[in-house]
Amino acid sequence: MLQRIRVFFVERNVLEVETPLLSHASGTDPQLAFFTSNYETPPHSQLLFLQTSPEFAMKRLLAAGSGSIFQICKAFRNGEAGRFHNPEFTILEWYRVDFDLAELMNEVELLFDILFDGRLKKPQRISYQNVFEQFTGLNALVFSFEDYSAFAKREHLSDAISICGENHALWLDFLFSFCVQPHLGKNELCLVYGYPACQSSLARLNAKNPLITERVEVFINGIELGNGFHELSDAEEQNRRFDAEIEIRKQNNLPKVEKDKRLLAALKNGLPDCSGIALGLDRILMVLANSQTIADVLSFDISHA
Amino acid sequence: MAVYSTNEFRSGLKIMLDNDPCAIIENEFVKPGKGQAFNRVKIRNLKTGRVIERTFKSGESLEGADVMDVEMQYLYNDGDYRHFMDQNTFEQYQADAKVVGDAGLWLKDQDMCTVTLWNDAPLAVTPGNFVELEIVETDPGVRGDTSGGGGKPARLSTGAVVRVPLFVAQNEVIKVDTRTGEYISRVKE
Repeated sequence: MLQRIRVFFVERNVLEVETPLLSHASGTDPQLAFFTSNYETPPHSQLLFLQTSPEFAMKRLLAAGSGSIFQICKAFRNGEAGRFHNPEFTILEWYRVDFDLAELMNEVELLFDILFDGRLKKPQRISYQNVFEQFTGLNALVFSFEDYSAFAKREHLSDAISICGENHALWLDFLFSFCVQPHLGKNELCLVYGYPACQSSLARLNAKNPLITERVEVFINGIELGNGFHELSDAEEQNRRFDAEIEIRKQNNLPKVEKDKRLLAALKNGLPDCSGIALGLDRILMVLANSQTIADVLSFDISHA
Repeated sequence: MAVYSTNEFRSGLKIMLDNDPCAIIENEFVKPGKGQAFNRVKIRNLKTGRVIERTFKSGESLEGADVMDVEMQYLYNDGDYRHFMDQNTFEQYQADAKVVGDAGLWLKDQDMCTVTLWNDAPLAVTPGNFVELEIVETDPGVRGDTSGGGGKPARLSTGAVVRVPLFVAQNEVIKVDTRTGEYISRVKE
């Protein structure tokens, strides 16, 4: 698999890069927890973060003029372990300069066709709004507590009402995870695009509809395999979103994070127009091998590491 | 009582949910890459035996339930209550028909069984997987039939009725699987 991926990108003149796993800063996403480590140079000690994805470092390379790049590396997310999660996992992430989201989706389809030897059915593309309505009958872009609650009750998912309350983004996470995602991509690649704006911090808003963003997610057999954006390049807008997320982290008593000022400086300097995506390679192996748990495709999962 | 977070929900853990003691059967971690983490949990209500599915935000916690499985000897039935004894402490417990449930069909005096205690009161009774019981009523045995095809009903000393092969006769002792209620074999005295 790794071999095929490398050949795929080399043939397309996409440069393989390597960036640090340890960084002085981290993402601000309130939904991601970090591993930290101490860099000791007595008498100094500096807190370093293990990356949750190579996104920020790769964007700095893009801003420095690298052109299109890809990377296969480890990423770390604290507290995530389960049938589809291991706190240390392998990411394939790539960025295409001058690609919009549709062009990136074309490339994702080509790559999966090669990885699966053409064994998948014809890929499906559907907007978040349409797929959400198809499986729930609800409007994903306009929140209605009454409608959402009534649906949850009908589906015997009343827990959603107390968990999500008036929080639209949380409702979407809940209903998408339990009522939509399991149906996506039966033996086929399913690309869901146009995520609601409240669901993405690093994607551009859609030029025609500010309620949705230029974000795509990749599914096969109900398993989430990747997430991509038409990247936000406005440093000020990015700074505002970081601050908003840091505020949410504070309200939820989450560990303090360091905003990546070097990324913001790079964005200010100018990120070329580009789209990028990250795929979970362990989960793709799971689908290829028909495994029921991620531990089956790892040499040693976290409980045996 | 200890408090358990969703991360600690493992099969067999006993917790309190909606004021009832429950056991965790299965716990699945569900998390979108860019979203809230949830735990979808299969839970058995130990009072009713019913299995339900519930969803929690990851990191939420529930109070543990003081539930213990204790090996006890079944002593006797006084009509209203059945009596059990913990052979380590010699402490005796009584349980009514609601608690004993179907286990009553397999309990023979002096047999060992598992009594589930909640706050030191019997909550449920589980017989051993296999019990040996005498047949008190069945049609006469048919010699020569060893196949077991068809079979016939037989009433046991505890009141349970099981299907047995035609060659099995009244007053014989048989071994039964209490989980399925099926005849296993004859037991030679």
